[in-house]
Amino acid sequence: MIKILQRLVFYVVAIFLALCINFLIPRLMPGDPMNMIFARFQGQMSPEAIAGLRQAMGFTDASMASQFLHYFTSILQGNFGVSTSLFPARVGDVIWQSLGWTVLLAGVSLLVSFSCGTVLGALAAWRRGSWIDRVLTPALIFIGSFPYFWLAMLLVYIFAYLVEWFPIGHAYSDGSKPAWTFAFFVDVMRHLFLPALSIVLATIGGWILSMRNAMVSVLGSEFINLAHCKGLSDRVVLVRYAMRNALLPNITGLGMAVGYVLAGSMLTEIVFSYPGQGYLLVQAVRNQDYPLMQGLFFCITLAVLLANWMVDLAYYWLDPRTRGQNI
Amino acid sequence: MTLLRTLVRQSPFHRAMRDYPASLLGLACLLLLGLGSVLLLPFIGDPRDFIAEPLLGPSTVYWFGTNGQGQDVWRQTVAGTASSLGLAFATGMSMTVIGALIGLIAGYTGSWIDKILSYATNIALVIPGLPLAIVLAAFLPSGPWSLYIVLVVTGWAWTARVFRGLALSLRSKDFVLAAALAGESRLRIVSFELLPNLLASFASSAIGATIYAIGAQVGLEFLGLGDMNRVSWGTNLYWASNDAALLTGSWWIFVPTGLCIALACSALTLVSYAVDAVNNPSLRAEQVLNKRLRDPLRRAIGVTPLAKEIRHALNA
Repeated sequence: MIKILQRLVFYVVAIFLALCINFLIPRLMPGDPMNMIFARFQGQMSPEAIAGLRQAMGFTDASMASQFLHYFTSILQGNFGVSTSLFPARVGDVIWQSLGWTVLLAGVSLLVSFSCGTVLGALAAWRRGSWIDRVLTPALIFIGSFPYFWLAMLLVYIFAYLVEWFPIGHAYSDGSKPAWTFAFFVDVMRHLFLPALSIVLATIGGWILSMRNAMVSVLGSEFINLAHCKGLSDRVVLVRYAMRNALLPNITGLGMAVGYVLAGSMLTEIVFSYPGQGYLLVQAVRNQDYPLMQGLFFCITLAVLLANWMVDLAYYWLDPRTRGQNI
Repeated sequence: MTLLRTLVRQSPFHRAMRDYPASLLGLACLLLLGLGSVLLLPFIGDPRDFIAEPLLGPSTVYWFGTNGQGQDVWRQTVAGTASSLGLAFATGMSMTVIGALIGLIAGYTGSWIDKILSYATNIALVIPGLPLAIVLAAFLPSGPWSLYIVLVVTGWAWTARVFRGLALSLRSKDFVLAAALAGESRLRIVSFELLPNLLASFASSAIGATIYAIGAQVGLEFLGLGDMNRVSWGTNLYWASNDAALLTGSWWIFVPTGLCIALACSALTLVSYAVDAVNNPSLRAEQVLNKRLRDPLRRAIGVTPLAKEIRHALNA
């Protein structure tokens, strides 16, 4: 219990530091941050309006400490500032609207990649030298060294341009309206397939490799020998004895992977014009929408920390050894 | 000369390379990409020249075709490889040096310095790197130096954690204690007792950091953060996507650059197998054992391995 609380404090400190980074970056850069942030509005807005915005976003002449206090309280109220490219929409609302698509894409790809990778890795270690171990694993690791978005470009070229099996982009067809119908579901899945596949292909090699290595060391231990000697079937030894123990390091990796997959899926979304966070991000970069970029950074950091905390809890539940001490 | 040769032969890296032919292949690929692109650079002409009509497919005149602006894709690939690999090695090295220093200081000094540094390391590990890099790169003035700073700031933490662990375990080893008891200074212990033992770990971390640097650099430039006038892997892909290479079916614009990236990353991974074997001799022992078991003649006169090791090796 104490350990879990310690971890919780750690995550709160991490969130606080992420906020500090967001607060400090624009203020540490040379020049007036407001001029940079509102460069697009130069000449379109009256100086009074800019001054009003400056006040609202907390870039005042007050001391750093009071500026920070203002910033911190507005974040606590869920106010991340105003997007400059989608003015006057609030950053929080803009991110919230596109969050669902990213969660869908990143979630599906992470789940598929993790579960398939874990099973394949276990099989590769169980039958060392089989084709899974000799051919499939190195091939997938090689594919994993391509950037996510490059694989996405290749998949679009082959499956959407050459053979036209799948749509070339977007989350659903132009004509259809989002609704809870079967037809719409199929449409969404068809659009999801290629982006998800590119992320799965890019990440599965890593899961296979780490599971394989964990399995190899578990398979060398005495309790596996004992299980074999007891006459248990291979299946039982593999699933109930070896895989369960080898899974633990991979679960720790899952928390870390959320960050990579979220960041990677943003780049993939750009290739597919998928209407998630990545699309927002590229809009933000092209239009120099700094508040939106910072909001996205904070949002992803929150998601990663939440995932890590959930992994901590799961680990505590899965591995009784962590429960033994410190209660 | 013979002395030099003996020294090279006896170095653990050489032995590991001999046992891992794949690592040798990786090293060869890296040299080919790195040296090849740098040596070709003076002969290919300016990659930014507009030489022909846009979107020409590969031909005998323009081997890799032309891109959406009528620039030669072959020139861009060579120039991009040279500049991106150069930046990746530089950033990878710096990241590792900084991370290793922080980790060693934390692990070796212990006490409150360790508490602060390792807390900072853990937090830096848990804050996602690429999104932070995006925010930093957007605010910094664009250019290779910004990319360098951004990558180093976001990528040092993993090395620091590894080296803190290493320093903790080495600190309590007998030979370090003996040196301390003999009255050696801290600086001498760190530089003559600890560092030689950390060389292989350093190489392994540097390889990992370089792979991260390649991926993050390409990703940032693909987003349009970075110096868009520079020719690099990331900008090549950025322009490919901007000029609608996909909608026109011009695969030759993005395929060469992607293959170069994957080749470089896989080559680095292959080299790391040999480096890991230097780090962890039991890996090498397993490799040698497997080799011997497969050879019937050696099996007759060779080692007498444990039963479970034979089973593993025969399965392979």
